[in-house]
Amino acid sequence: MTATGGRRIGDVLLKVEDISLSFGGVRALSGVSFDIRKHEIRAIIGPNGAGKSSMLNVINGFYHPQKGKIIFKDIARTDIGPYDAASRGIARTFQNIALFRGMSTLDNIMTGRLLKMKRNLFWQALYWGPARREEMEHRAAAERIIDFLEIQSIRKVPVGRLPYGLQKRVELGRALAAEPELLLLDEPMAGMNVEEKEDMCRFILDVNDEFGTTIALIEHDMGVVMDISDRVVVLDYGKKIADGTPDEVRGNQAVIDAYLGVQH
Amino acid sequence: MDGSQRTSMSRPAIGRSRARARLAGCDTFPKVLIANAKDFAGRPASREKDLGIWQTWTWDQVLEETRKLAAGLSALGARRGDKIAIVGDNRPRLYWTMCAAQAIGCTPVPVYQDAIAAEMGFVIDNAGARFAVAEDQEQVDKLLQIKDAHPNLETIVFEDGRGMRHYTQPFLLSFDKVQEMGAVLLARDPGFFEREVSQTKGGDIAVMLYTSGTTGQPKGVVLSHTNVLVTSLNACELDNLTEDEETLAYLPMAWVGDHIFSLGQSYVAGFAVGCPESGATVMTDLRELGPTYFFAPPRIWENILTTVMIRMEDAGAIKRWLFKRFMDHAKRAGPALLDGKPVALLDRLLYRLGDLLVYAPLRNTLGFSRIRLAYTAGEAIGPDIFDFYRSLGVNVKQLYGMTEASVFICIQPDGEVRPDTVGPPGPEVEVKIEESGEVLFKSPGVFQAYYKNDKATAETKTPDGWVRTGDAGFFGADGHLRIVDRAKDVGRLADGTLFAPKYLENKLKFFPYIKEAVAFGAGKDFAAAFINIDLAAVGNWAERNGIVYGGYAELAAHPEVYKLIKGCVEQVNRDLSRETTLVGSQIRRFLVLHKELDADDGELTRTRKVRRNFVQDRYLPLVDALFSGAPRAHIETEVTFEDGRKGRLQADMGIAEAERYPLDVLKKAS
Repeated sequence: MTATGGRRIGDVLLKVEDISLSFGGVRALSGVSFDIRKHEIRAIIGPNGAGKSSMLNVINGFYHPQKGKIIFKDIARTDIGPYDAASRGIARTFQNIALFRGMSTLDNIMTGRLLKMKRNLFWQALYWGPARREEMEHRAAAERIIDFLEIQSIRKVPVGRLPYGLQKRVELGRALAAEPELLLLDEPMAGMNVEEKEDMCRFILDVNDEFGTTIALIEHDMGVVMDISDRVVVLDYGKKIADGTPDEVRGNQAVIDAYLGVQH
Repeated sequence: MDGSQRTSMSRPAIGRSRARARLAGCDTFPKVLIANAKDFAGRPASREKDLGIWQTWTWDQVLEETRKLAAGLSALGARRGDKIAIVGDNRPRLYWTMCAAQAIGCTPVPVYQDAIAAEMGFVIDNAGARFAVAEDQEQVDKLLQIKDAHPNLETIVFEDGRGMRHYTQPFLLSFDKVQEMGAVLLARDPGFFEREVSQTKGGDIAVMLYTSGTTGQPKGVVLSHTNVLVTSLNACELDNLTEDEETLAYLPMAWVGDHIFSLGQSYVAGFAVGCPESGATVMTDLRELGPTYFFAPPRIWENILTTVMIRMEDAGAIKRWLFKRFMDHAKRAGPALLDGKPVALLDRLLYRLGDLLVYAPLRNTLGFSRIRLAYTAGEAIGPDIFDFYRSLGVNVKQLYGMTEASVFICIQPDGEVRPDTVGPPGPEVEVKIEESGEVLFKSPGVFQAYYKNDKATAETKTPDGWVRTGDAGFFGADGHLRIVDRAKDVGRLADGTLFAPKYLENKLKFFPYIKEAVAFGAGKDFAAAFINIDLAAVGNWAERNGIVYGGYAELAAHPEVYKLIKGCVEQVNRDLSRETTLVGSQIRRFLVLHKELDADDGELTRTRKVRRNFVQDRYLPLVDALFSGAPRAHIETEVTFEDGRKGRLQADMGIAEAERYPLDVLKKAS
C-alpha cells in the first residue's frame, strides 16, 4: 500500500497567499504562497531558519503576518488567534513536545477534546446527567485514539515518565482528539530512532487514510519526506524556492543547491 | 537412599467431582460448550478489554457466537478433516474459532503469533492448512507473504480489519462477514450446528500444537479430544477448580499450556478467561481482573519480583524498613501457614499484622489479591523467587509437563510444595525412570502422534505406550520427581566429572542481574559460561553506583559489571562446592555477551529457551577463547532487527576468571 493508495485528493483546503512575516528587522517569511489540498500529506522542508515553523505558526494563528492572506475552507482571514484556528479544525503538534508532563496520557488526550465539550465547569464538576453523558462520549473518543495509536499500556502513566518517542505519539493523539480537518505536525520524527520513525510514519499514513485528515508536516529526514508526502514545498531564507511532487523537488537544482547540498 | 530409590510411580484418578458428573455424556469440546451454555447460562465465559472497558460474554453467548462461526466456516467450504490455522494474540474470538473448527470436524492449528513469515509458512505447509484465522493486519501481512509459496492456504479470515481497507484480495474475509454467512446458513438450517457436533467423537483430533523445537524443525503434536478433556478434568479435580475461577490468558495460544489452562480447563470447569488488552498491558489487566487461578513461567515470576525489588529500593526509608522487616517474617512463617503446618501463635499474629501492612497491599498491587492457585513450569524456578510468592500467601506450585502429555505429568499437591521438585505424578499418570536416568510417562493425555512424522513418533513413543520425555531426573524419598537437565545435555568433563549445564545455568539465572546463561564444558577440562546481563536490574544497579553507560553493549563490557557478575559466579561455585557430584564442575572462566540472546536470531526458542548447540556454533570463537586461556575474544555476528532486516555486529569482550572452592566438608543439611 502506498501513500496515495485508495484515497482521493480533493479541492484546496487551505491556501496561503503572499505571506510576509517579520520580527523587527528579521524577515522570517517573504511572499510565500502555496496551497494544501484535502486529504493530502503536504511536507514543508528547508534548512534551519528557513521559516518552516513560522509558517505553521502563521497557519494556526499564533503569528500574525504583516502581509498576505490565509484562506481556510474558502474563508479568508489575516489575523485570528490559535483558539479560533483550533475551533475551525486545525490542530498541531510541536517541535519540542508541549504536553502536560504531570498528567497521564489519557488526561492529555482528553485535553484535546476541550473544544468539543459543551457543558460548563459547574456541570462538569457536578458530573451528573448531561455532563456525565458528555464526559463518557469524550472518554470513548479518547479511548479510540489510544487504541488507534496502540498506547493502551501507557494510558495512565504520567507523560513526563515516558520515553521521547512515546511522548511524540501522545502529542499526536492529543491533536487527533480535536478531530481536526488539518493537522500540522512540526518535526514529528525529530530525535527518533529508525524503528520509532517507522512507527510514526505508519501512524501518519494511517491517520491520513482512516480519518481522511489532511496533514502538513515539517520534517528533516528526507527519506521520510520523500516516502510519505504527496507534495513538498521548499523554503529557504523565508522564500519559497520549489513546490511539487517529491520527485520534482528532488530534481530541482535550486533545492539541491540550497538544501540537499551540491551532488558529488 | 540409593538402594531403595524409586524408579516408578503412579497415581489413580480422583474421579469424583461435579464437573465429571456434569460432563458424563460429553466427549468433545463442542459438546462441552453446549452443556456449559445450559449449565452456566448467564455466567461469564470470555472477557476482553475493548476501548478501556472490560467486555464479557456469557457461556450461552459464546455458544451463539461459535455456532455462527462454525456455520460460516462451513459455508466457506471447510470440510471435516480440514486444518484451520489460528494466528494472533489471545483474543476471545480466536478461542471461539478453536471450538467452532472442532464443531465441524476441522482441526484448529494455533501458530505462535510472533513467528516470522517463514516459520509460519512451515506450519501452514506441514499442517496443510486450507484456512487461516488471523488477528490483524500484522498477521495477515505475514500470511500474504507466504501464501503464494503455499497454495494449500485458500482463505484468510481476519478479526481486526484496521489498516486493511485497501486489501482487495477476494480470499480475505472479515470475521464478522464469516459469522454473517454462518447466520444465513443457520437461518436456512437451524439444526446444522447440533447435527455437526453430534458427529464429533472423543478420538477425533482436537488440536495440533507445534512444539517450539529446541532442536530442528517444529513437530505438530496431535492431541485428541479425549487427551485434552480427560487431562483437563483430572487437573481440575486435583486442585478443585470450579466455575468461580477467573483467569487471564496471556501466554501464546499455540503453547499447550495456554490451550489446557485457558481452553481445556475453562470449558471443563466452566470458568471465565480474560484476554489482556495488549501484550504490554498484562500487568495492569492482571490487577484489574484479579485472577484466582494463574499460570506463569519462572521468568515472569522473576520479572515481577525484580520490579517489586527495584521499586522498593526507590521507596522511602520507613516503607523499606517495613518491607524488609515483614518480608523476613513472611519467609519464616508464610510458607508453613500456606501449607497448613503448625505455626506459633506469636508468629501467626505477627503474620496477620504483616498481612495488613505489607503482604495484602503488595498482593493487591500485583493483581494477586484473589489468587487461590498458581502454577509455574517449563524451567527451574529460583528458590528465592518461589519462597517470595509463597511467603506472601500466593499458592505457587510447580508442575512438570509437556505438549506430548497434554501438559500434566507431575503436579505438587497442596501441602507438599518445594522449590526443587516438580511433585509426584498427577492423576492417572504413571512415571518411570530408565537406567539412563531418562523420565518416561504414560497417561490419558499421551499424544496421538507427531503429524506426518512417523519416525519422530516412533522415537518418542515406545510400543507399549510409554513416552520418552528426553529429560533426566530422579524420584526423591518423598516421592517427588526432580528434573536435572535434558537427558542428552547431561555430559561429563574430560576427567569424568558430571556436568549438567542446565543446572549451572539455572543457578546463575537465579541472580537478578543475570538474564540468561549458557554453560559449556562437556569433554573439556573445566566448565565455562556465557552470561547475559539483565538490562533492567544491572541498569538500575549502575545508576545507583554512578556508572555511566551508553547502551547494552557498553554496560555489558564494563569492568564493574564484570566484577558484579564474578561475585554471582563465585557464589554459584560456592554452592556447587557443597555437592559431592558437582564440585568438579565449578565455573572457571566466563564472559558477558555484548547482546541479548534473541529468538529472532535463532538463539532462543519462541518460548525463550536457549538453543545451546546453535549458540555454541554461532559463537564458536568465543567458546574457543573460553577454553584457550586467552584474556580477550573477538566476535562478529549477524543480527536480525525487529523489522526483519539484518545487520552485522562486532564486539571485543574480556574473559574473566572466577574463584573456585574445594569440596565443602560441612555439607548443607539435606
